[in-house]
Amino acid sequence: MKLFRLNRTQTFIFLCLLPTILLVFGFTYYPIVKGIDVAFRNYSLFNLSDVRYIGMDNFKTVTSSAQFGTILKNTALWVSISLVLQFVIGFGVALLMRRSFRGRGVYQGFVFYSWALSGFLIGIIWRWLFNGQIGVVNDLLLKMGLISERIGFLSDPKWAMFSVIVANVWYGVAFFAIMLLAALQSVPSELYEAAEIDGAGSFGQLRHVTIPYIMPTIISTTALRVIWIFNFPDLIYGMTNGGPAGSTHILTTYMLDKIVFSGDYGQASAIGIICIAILVLFTTFYLFATRAGKAGDF
Amino acid sequence: MKKRFAKLGLAGKIVVLGIYLVFMVFPLYWMIITSLKPRNEIFTLPLQYWPKKISFENYVQIFKISKFHVYLGNSLFISLVAAAIVLLVTILSGYVLARFSFRGSGQLMMAFFVTQMIPLFIGFSTLYMMMSKMGLLNKQASLILMYTVGLVPFCTIMLRGFFQRIPASLEEAAMIDGCSRLGALYRVIVPIMMPGISATFIFAFVQNWNELFMAIMFIDRESSKTLPVAMNSFITKFDIDWGSMSAATVLSVVPTVVLFAICQRFIVEGLTQGAVKG
Repeated sequence: MKLFRLNRTQTFIFLCLLPTILLVFGFTYYPIVKGIDVAFRNYSLFNLSDVRYIGMDNFKTVTSSAQFGTILKNTALWVSISLVLQFVIGFGVALLMRRSFRGRGVYQGFVFYSWALSGFLIGIIWRWLFNGQIGVVNDLLLKMGLISERIGFLSDPKWAMFSVIVANVWYGVAFFAIMLLAALQSVPSELYEAAEIDGAGSFGQLRHVTIPYIMPTIISTTALRVIWIFNFPDLIYGMTNGGPAGSTHILTTYMLDKIVFSGDYGQASAIGIICIAILVLFTTFYLFATRAGKAGDF
Repeated sequence: MKKRFAKLGLAGKIVVLGIYLVFMVFPLYWMIITSLKPRNEIFTLPLQYWPKKISFENYVQIFKISKFHVYLGNSLFISLVAAAIVLLVTILSGYVLARFSFRGSGQLMMAFFVTQMIPLFIGFSTLYMMMSKMGLLNKQASLILMYTVGLVPFCTIMLRGFFQRIPASLEEAAMIDGCSRLGALYRVIVPIMMPGISATFIFAFVQNWNELFMAIMFIDRESSKTLPVAMNSFITKFDIDWGSMSAATVLSVVPTVVLFAICQRFIVEGLTQGAVKG
């Protein structure tokens, strides 16, 4: 009797999971595994009759292109500067919003809505703001006397990377602010009271109570965010499409470029594998470093 | 002395939060203002921070030069249907993964997490072939299928978190009263979870509404295009017409921003609880 019931439960579990498993493995893992194979083939949309194996040629072509150094540098800048600024501003905003005030709900709606926009549309919005001739950013900077002539934010390779990062910071602050605000509100108020009795000022409280308490959230959100920003070509695609002259390509926009404009899936997959390798290295290193840090604390 | 510091602190706080508010609101404000300017005023200096005359010609134009109503309808239909399917599928998987622990359940969760980290473009060549073989290219079904696929892992994780907060004793009581497990799930648990389920639905809807790259890959026919695909063809033209572009952007953005504003409390709760507690 008992065995029968167990079986029924097992059947229930199996049937409930079946659609999910079929979808995820059939349409995510299967294409990815096939895609890894494609990286070692001559696989171009324009000549699908000749998809022979060509060893590491796709990797060689991709990494030896003149742009590749810039792309790696851009990817590093894109991830690190965006992350640091999003985190610092987001944390600051969350700290200021920790105590409830009148209208906080409405305020949240006005400052966190960027979360609901697509990266592509944000790219378009900022493309308009940063317009070199009639862009409002130029107009404001001129009015404030900070510049004397208009800057070609998106047409000058010196400024283009800076501009896409500004847009990305604008987008991502909300993520950190939301996550950290939730974490801050979970800190028990007794801890602050105790720290106050011990004579800790607001900075001391921040350092000795708040930050240690929400450390797990900080670690998980920053790790997730690094991976997410790394895999986020949408904004750059909408804003500059990697231009001018390839100066704002990161690895994932470069990959997209290979797919959409060159139709070279072999090279695109090779870039994808490089991306996965970098992310695996990062995740391993990050988990190791944060664990080591924790071990030192306690 | 202390009181004066407190006042200074409060003033500083208001100023900083005010600056952040302007920083966040201004880009969208500027897009809306641009879309409401008469077409010739957009390109004349000095820039008007408030239109001299409000005009809807950009909105009229966007419907005139493109099948914008078709794109809107397609986006709405695909986003709603895919989000509904996602819920049907993930309520089951999220529930099972919240209530039972079995051999492989940990690995399965891991497999779901990992899908969120891989650049999915790697699979595009294969997906294209699969869609072509299934005869789904240029059909809305291709996007409904792929949007469901894309959201299933994350929504499973999200709903699992909501289920874990509801005591199992509730459905056990219903099962003693003669409900099947599935009946208990749909009659007892799902109604209690409505806020979480709505948050997941809205999250899924917004993701679908915003998706661009799969839509570019699989759809190349006017009558099946979604909004982002249409926007993409507007900006890849040599000269962007910022008048109609701004109107199109505002129309694309408004539904998701309004949805977010209405339900932000639930969404924020749904998205944060896993990260904060896990």
